[in-house]
Amino acid sequence: MPRPEAAIAVLAALLLAGCTTDRPTATTQPAAPATSAQGSGTGTQSKFFVQADFDAQLAMRSQTPQGPAAKPWEQAIDPKMIDTAQYKKDGPYHLCFSNAAVNNPWRQVGWKTMQAEVALHEEIGEFTALDAEGKDDKQISDIAELQAKGCDALIVSPNTTATLTPAVTAACAKVPVIVFDRGVETDCPVTFIKPIGGYAFGADAAEFLTEKVPAGGKVLALRILPGVDVLETRWSAAKVVFDRSRLQVVGVEFTDGDAAKTKSIVSDYIQRHGTIDGVWMDAGATAVAAIEAFEDAGLPVPPINGEDQQDFLQKWKDAGLTAVAPTYPTYQWRTPIIAALKILKGEEVPERWNLPQPKVTGDNLADYLQPDMPPLHYALCGCEDLPGFPETWGGKKG
Amino acid sequence: MPLLTRLREPTQVVFLALLGLVAVGWALVALDGGQFLTLESVVGIQQRSAALGIVAIGQTLAILAGSLDLSVAYLISLASLVAAEIMAGQDGNIGPAVAAVLAISALVGLVNGLVITGLRVHAFIATLGVALIIKGVVDHLYDGPAGKVPESFQVLGYSRIGPIPVSALLWAGVAVLAWFLLSRTRLGYRIYAVGGNEEVARLSGIRTGRVIVLTHVLCSVCAGIAGLLLASRLGAGAPTVGTDGGYDLESIAAVVLGGTALAGGKGGVAGTVGGVLLLAVLDTAFNQLEVNSFVKDVVRGVVIVVAVAVYARRTVGRPA
Amino acid sequence: MRRALPILAVLVALLTAIALVNPHFLEPAGFLAFLKRAAPLVILAAGQYFVIVSGEFDLSVGSLVTAEVVIAARLIDGDESATWPVLVLLIVIGLLVGLVNGVATTKLRVPSFIVTLGMLLILSGAVFLWTGGAPRGALSEGFRVFGRGGLGPVPWSVLILVALGAAAIRLMRADFGKTLMAAGDNERAAALSGVRVDRVKIFAFMLSGLAAAVAAILLGGFAGVSAQVGQGLEFSAITAVVLGGVALGGGRGSVPAAMAGAVTLEALFTLLNLYGISGALEFTVQGVIIIAAVAAGAIRLPWKPTPRRGDAHAAS
Repeated sequence: MPRPEAAIAVLAALLLAGCTTDRPTATTQPAAPATSAQGSGTGTQSKFFVQADFDAQLAMRSQTPQGPAAKPWEQAIDPKMIDTAQYKKDGPYHLCFSNAAVNNPWRQVGWKTMQAEVALHEEIGEFTALDAEGKDDKQISDIAELQAKGCDALIVSPNTTATLTPAVTAACAKVPVIVFDRGVETDCPVTFIKPIGGYAFGADAAEFLTEKVPAGGKVLALRILPGVDVLETRWSAAKVVFDRSRLQVVGVEFTDGDAAKTKSIVSDYIQRHGTIDGVWMDAGATAVAAIEAFEDAGLPVPPINGEDQQDFLQKWKDAGLTAVAPTYPTYQWRTPIIAALKILKGEEVPERWNLPQPKVTGDNLADYLQPDMPPLHYALCGCEDLPGFPETWGGKKG
Repeated sequence: MPLLTRLREPTQVVFLALLGLVAVGWALVALDGGQFLTLESVVGIQQRSAALGIVAIGQTLAILAGSLDLSVAYLISLASLVAAEIMAGQDGNIGPAVAAVLAISALVGLVNGLVITGLRVHAFIATLGVALIIKGVVDHLYDGPAGKVPESFQVLGYSRIGPIPVSALLWAGVAVLAWFLLSRTRLGYRIYAVGGNEEVARLSGIRTGRVIVLTHVLCSVCAGIAGLLLASRLGAGAPTVGTDGGYDLESIAAVVLGGTALAGGKGGVAGTVGGVLLLAVLDTAFNQLEVNSFVKDVVRGVVIVVAVAVYARRTVGRPA
Repeated sequence: MRRALPILAVLVALLTAIALVNPHFLEPAGFLAFLKRAAPLVILAAGQYFVIVSGEFDLSVGSLVTAEVVIAARLIDGDESATWPVLVLLIVIGLLVGLVNGVATTKLRVPSFIVTLGMLLILSGAVFLWTGGAPRGALSEGFRVFGRGGLGPVPWSVLILVALGAAAIRLMRADFGKTLMAAGDNERAAALSGVRVDRVKIFAFMLSGLAAAVAAILLGGFAGVSAQVGQGLEFSAITAVVLGGVALGGGRGSVPAAMAGAVTLEALFTLLNLYGISGALEFTVQGVIIIAAVAAGAIRLPWKPTPRRGDAHAAS
């Protein structure tokens, strides 16, 4: 190809980039005729959105959970107990765990918490855990391999909901299966453990913003990435709340969970809109980076939500922010072990084990802020009473 | 053919290393109180390596011709989605779905090859660019697993004949075809010639561009087959299955671990099969010993570099 | 400089397109903010340039950046007095990683693609093994000032970029540059004419490691500790260098062009973001532009025969 043609190709590519100027610049979700009429700027509703689940989760927030008050990881909201006598057997037990990954601080804290919980129980003779390193295909092999190890119960934290379903279904035929965090599309596991869920998380944060940001205020929504069910639910709930409100969502952006990208995106929006009146986030890992974008621009930090990570809580206190931190508590990693033992002892467990999902607010911030813990530690680990705390979790004895 | 005799050596090394690793793994797991080569773990090794194995066979062809393909990971995701979407849970759609996947893969390979030979873009950049293009399309169209694979197609991913899974048979079939192509056909000879020295190959009358395009088409078709296999394993298509598996860099690592020279012209399919098995046995041993994934990365990195250093020593030590 | 023309044309076109949507971009503050954001990638591209022009690859820079930031956070742990010693240590680690890459490539005769791929795995595994999976500790304000703060209105990162860019250009004009270029162009000929090929290549890898260390200091300073900070930077850096018209395989291209390539890439990201191209299709546009730009730049040159890419390892 001679040079001019190649140059034309470059120009064509540039034109391709230029052609889209007539698109709305704010939203990343293209083609949103239905909602552009409402003018809330939130785009089309996620295909993951299920109205009934949304309603159920929002209702659960105000229900009082059953179980020991000081141990939220043993509590359950509105439990429907099922009989497990058929799984009853004598110890010592061999528990197996197929873990999706340990590739982020949330899973790290949870995994350490689970190991500490295992150490509490003498009746667990053996605990075998395989890490799928974030690969669906490896987790499928792992689950098959674990079934050959003579496990008495299998705990699964699925990497992806839809794709792990066949493997979990196959395992259900052989051992009692306990699923937690993300779910699977089958009822065969004995129990499915999760906090209230993503809708509650997203709504908690969005409702806080509708309360604190004046009507007509500009809100920027930051999401990690599309397509993960537990994150899609958070955003779709926020969308419902924002659509009802008089706030203007000026942008919905994906950050890949990267601090530098987050800070750049927020800076761009500040530059483009002069000011941003509220920031909604589907996860707290990059909240501090978003806050710094305002600080570096010399602007006051608007109402914002984060999560229960120590760096955010510390910043919240130091800078006196108007903030809220809905949580997706890491103490849920204790529950599967407790559930497995209950099942093997023939005690009844909830069919869907809905754990309480508290939020950190300005009033209870001091309870959750632990300056001796590392900045990326999650406050709701429920691990303070476990052996090895705080060193195992990277903290210093205070 | 002196070319072919010379490359036997690294292949022997990799299979010796494989034997050694099995022995060490067996000993370590036995000390740990377990059994290394149970039926399940043998099946697991094969299941674990089938998809990577098929991609690596294709990658071997591209690398032998002096090229390489960084777009396979995204192509695998795309293939799994196309397959699952067209199948839509219906047995009758399996044929069209497979055909569509193979056609799309071949097309991607054709684009890779033409960009490299026609536009004279270095393979690294060309396939990286195509990878980004596919990523954009996949992310734009899908935001999560989609489609449904019928039960009958899941046979490919789950069934086995005795200790040998169907997926491993598929891998073996692809490997034998590639071996036949490389050692028994004129095209195979030309691939080695082009990878060995493109200028000399051109002067001796080989249409080098055509050879490179063909190897890329075959490489992409292999990635497409791997995508089909993964779709049958997952029961659906997934936009991240290729990248999560790291099939791009890992397949290249497996190829060079098998003794194929990254510069092209030297190596072969047998070595690649050994390289993939080596990585899979390593994984299985780590799994049995419950070693954490960070140690795995370190060991994998060291193994790859050391292996290639050993091959380089052996080649250097011999009179040219 | 002829080879740099296409990239400069593309860069000007991109900058114009950005300025059309965002007039603020042309003001000093807006442009400095853009340069500040581009600085880490431009520095990485300069480092990568040395390696590529010598005929090699460095795939380890992304995970080196992550490793450096994580190491800094754990060692500093919020303690201001630890800032300077840790900064020095980071530079040393960067040089050391480059040294290992270079020695393994030249002395063990392993292709650099494989050496640095191995290093990528080793670094990311080792650093998280050490910190227990997730970053620990925190960076000090003194550390963060390089990526966050500035001297008056000019960000430190821009000053550092200018200083390092000038140093890189000088280095390529000096004897080192000429021997490096010769080693990348035709290794055997260079060796025969008395160039210590191994030594220049090792030095090139060390420069790339140094660049990664500096980029890590700037990126960590800009946004704080993160396990993803270096993700994909190796591909961005190589893309940037190639966009600048530097030939993979060595021997051709200039440092300013490579750095211009990085600025172009960053401008492209900014533009796509500004025009709000549907999140995902951004990648498609990026892929098309990279291929097209490289095709436009490469077209005049004779197609380099493949073996030269691997002279170091095809020695048999």
